[in-house]
Amino acid sequence: MNDDRPRFTLDDQEVAFTPGQTILEAALAAGTYVPTLCHHPEFAPHGSCKVCTVRVNGRTQSSCTTPAHPGDVVELHSEELDDLRKSLVQLLFTEGNHFCPSCEQSGNCQLQAVGYELGVVSGHFNPLFPTRPVDASHPDVLLDLNRCILCELCVRASAQVDRKSVFALSGRGITKHLVVNAESGRLGDTDLAVEDKAMSVCPVGVILRKRRGFRVPIGERKYDRRPISEVALDEAEGERR
Amino acid sequence: MSGETKKKLRVTTSSLAGCFGCHMSLLDIDERLVELLEHIELDASPLTDKKHVGPCDLGLVEGGLCNAENVRVLRELRKSCKILVALGACAVNGGLPAQRNHLDIRDCLQTVYLTGLGVHRGFIPNDPELPLPLAQVHPLHDVVKIDYFLPGCPPSADAIWQLLTDLIAGRTPQLGHGLIRYD
Repeated sequence: MNDDRPRFTLDDQEVAFTPGQTILEAALAAGTYVPTLCHHPEFAPHGSCKVCTVRVNGRTQSSCTTPAHPGDVVELHSEELDDLRKSLVQLLFTEGNHFCPSCEQSGNCQLQAVGYELGVVSGHFNPLFPTRPVDASHPDVLLDLNRCILCELCVRASAQVDRKSVFALSGRGITKHLVVNAESGRLGDTDLAVEDKAMSVCPVGVILRKRRGFRVPIGERKYDRRPISEVALDEAEGERR
Repeated sequence: MSGETKKKLRVTTSSLAGCFGCHMSLLDIDERLVELLEHIELDASPLTDKKHVGPCDLGLVEGGLCNAENVRVLRELRKSCKILVALGACAVNGGLPAQRNHLDIRDCLQTVYLTGLGVHRGFIPNDPELPLPLAQVHPLHDVVKIDYFLPGCPPSADAIWQLLTDLIAGRTPQLGHGLIRYD
């Protein structure tokens, strides 16, 4: 096939892209997996988790927010970048309370799957064990803030798709946390419904449907079967069709 | 390889604030245990019942640190072992016991031993032989240097076998997809 689209270099590979695509989108379309946690193809790039960080012409950038540009030299994997990416994921694990053996999202969790992909075998840092609430006030939904990684996907989905703005982030730095838009602060006092987009975008186990626990046994879930690097490429291809 | 007999690795295993599930998973390597015993000899371990550890090449530690005795044992293991491995979720990040970390230890003890459902004439155990609980449960690397980590609740027998065969061969353990599991 004669592909006269513009190109950039991704590690040792030439990648053709459609103008307007970000580096991450072009890489995925070309069959190269880029680890990320806050990116979702249906939403505008967010650039907050930084796990997709690459070096573009020597400068570190989030590949999800940086448009591809002809002739760019993009470094995705190097010892330094891979280590940085690993450290970011380890920081997320140690800042929250991530106890996979007792989490309903285990096996479907992107944080966990990215950890597997990057070869993360420990938190490395001293865990903070923060005290965070669990909100079971909603009749159909459980909100477990112990696992929140502040990707804002639920915030974006609820505001942009559901038009309900049920969620928001509050505070700054280490005190930043997810809040619920109700005077009581309780999920039960919002109009969140199980059909909402905000219900299906959480990459970790914060927003969970009640009475659905362990319908699919541990070991048979999405990322138990195949690594996220394969699943993500298939999903990207599915979206293009 | 020459015909000379290779010196066996001296290995110690220990369970701190764990459930022995990781030890069960170690035994779950089944017939490979026979091959393993050609390469290692066990020092102190729940499997040998030897209580005090001597100089070892490798220490496998299951469980996190929930009391002062766990800390003492771990420090002793660190001094005795050339390579120390955190084996399983609790050793790696505190695991299930660490889910008490957002609770006050005094409240925990009072609920369990004094005010809990079905407790009659309870008292908080205070025998001097009982190790004092820590305010929070800690992973091993909070206290000593850990050389290798094997997560999982428990890590699968195949993951443990991979780790052991790599270490016996003098390699850095390489665990691919399916062997690194956090659940």
